[in-house]
Amino acid sequence: MNMAIVKNRVKDPLHTAANDEPQMQKSATPMVAFECVSKRFAAARSSAEVIALDSIDLIVPRGSVTGIIGRSGAGKSTLIRLVNGLEKPSSGRVLVDGVDVAGLDEKSLRAVRRSIGMIFQHFNLLSSRTAFDNIALPLEIAGLDSQAIEERVTPLLDLVGLSDKRDRYPSELSGGQKQRIGIARALATEPKLLLSDEATSALDPETTRSILALLRQINKELGLTVLLITHEMEVVKTIADHVAVIDGGRIVENGPTFDVFTGHAHETTRALLGGLAGMRLPEFLTNRMTEQPEPDSRTILRVIFKGENATEPMLARLGSDLGIEVNILAGAVDEIAGRPFGMLVVSLRADEAKIADARQFLASHGLASEVVGYVR
Amino acid sequence: MSADILALLIKATGQTLYMVAVAGLVGSLFGIPLGVFLATSGKGELFPAPSVNKVLGAIVNATRSTPFIILVVAIIPFTRLIAGTSIGTSAAIVPLTIATIPFVARLVETAIREVDPGLTEAARAMGASPMQIVFKVLLAEARPGIASALTLTIVSLIGYSAMVGAVGGGGLGDLGIRYGYQRFMPDVMATVVVVLIVLVQLVQSAGDRLARKFDKRVRPR
Repeated sequence: MNMAIVKNRVKDPLHTAANDEPQMQKSATPMVAFECVSKRFAAARSSAEVIALDSIDLIVPRGSVTGIIGRSGAGKSTLIRLVNGLEKPSSGRVLVDGVDVAGLDEKSLRAVRRSIGMIFQHFNLLSSRTAFDNIALPLEIAGLDSQAIEERVTPLLDLVGLSDKRDRYPSELSGGQKQRIGIARALATEPKLLLSDEATSALDPETTRSILALLRQINKELGLTVLLITHEMEVVKTIADHVAVIDGGRIVENGPTFDVFTGHAHETTRALLGGLAGMRLPEFLTNRMTEQPEPDSRTILRVIFKGENATEPMLARLGSDLGIEVNILAGAVDEIAGRPFGMLVVSLRADEAKIADARQFLASHGLASEVVGYVR
Repeated sequence: MSADILALLIKATGQTLYMVAVAGLVGSLFGIPLGVFLATSGKGELFPAPSVNKVLGAIVNATRSTPFIILVVAIIPFTRLIAGTSIGTSAAIVPLTIATIPFVARLVETAIREVDPGLTEAARAMGASPMQIVFKVLLAEARPGIASALTLTIVSLIGYSAMVGAVGGGGLGDLGIRYGYQRFMPDVMATVVVVLIVLVQLVQSAGDRLARKFDKRVRPR
């Protein structure tokens, strides 16, 4: 019922493009598109404005799990609230399934909101309602009768694995269970898009993993697009196909998660990645490292293994093929968006020409490397 | 104590209960919606009407800061308009109700403001209309607070009702003043006080039980 309303909106004469080839248009339209979106707030006790978001252009592909990561105050909460119209952009457009959300009147906006589920950091469950009644709330709001509600809520309790907690109040549930109820509630109106506002930030690591696994399952099995914001690297690394890094109200980097995290070009991305395996150099090294080579110093190289290459014995071949002595100082192997990713910090005793040869050899086998310093 | 005095006591208790019940009921009927409006009509809230909010807030404050006994005599013309007379138990209900409305409104406003704004946001994200948010979220979540507010209101009303003897309202307080004080009958005075204490205790414990029943925020033992 709700989906029908939204589909009608897409065919609204205002959006003529959608009228020409509805079918094709549908699959080509991204689930969410930010078009040059800015958001300014009036600052308290001052005439100056605070710019929360600055010319954001971002696409959330249909069926993807897209993560927006940034420090607190980077503007990510504002960004996600633009999608369901809880905030209005100061300029630019936010298109959800081709519909400009900010341009809708209150009534149509409410209909669109019913096609977008949202989960929250602090769950936002009603303390006066049982698990069942919390999940039923969006359905009551949509005007379903109690039998239809029963038919919808029971399988959802099952999906999130809490059928036995049906008549429990939120105060009787653990954090992870509350978030599962939150997820079931967000899915109740059968949305096409799920917004996750720091949904795991109040949970312990183990519970975080189980909630992320549930979100992944929902994304795969129901084909639901997920847009999540977080400040936790782990979250994005674990479930996001696409990631946008936001800092100071701007998107500083954006693309497939694996590429962004292993390319790590921007300093904000680097800072956020600080916790990622092998990114931070061990202290015994940074204490002794110099930026310029000195006579008889060894070169410190960071070698980045991506995807399939992570499994090939390239360093060994550096010794056997090129005759360079390789000493491993630090390193780790991790997994990003399901693909292996490793980083090794090695020291090479060789002159500059040999180092260049070595780096070329690595590059020819798809391994990126960078000189981070020199040690005597 | 003579049988006459006992009859007076029973009659006075009946009058007190009558005044408190009607004033409490009608006062809540107007006070609760007013409280909801005060809590939701600020700038950027559900029913934004900041200037109406300010005016109503000022009226509420003015009514609440007027001493009750002055309110009783000040609104005698209005009382006459509503009740047809300005003397008697039924007439006394008018000033009691007028005093109850802002009292309830402020307490309900506080109870509603204590509801986590995250819940309102979640309901908005679900596509709830402002009225749905009021009924399904705010009033539902504020139920324990509203139960406590109404308990406090009724207890205060029992106290206020003692003052309406000034306009012939009768009731327990009036009995205590006229017989216990003016006729030097300390036993009547003591009995009146005991009955009042018992009434307040009953109301308070019933209200507390109701508030606890509504409150699901704490884990039941």
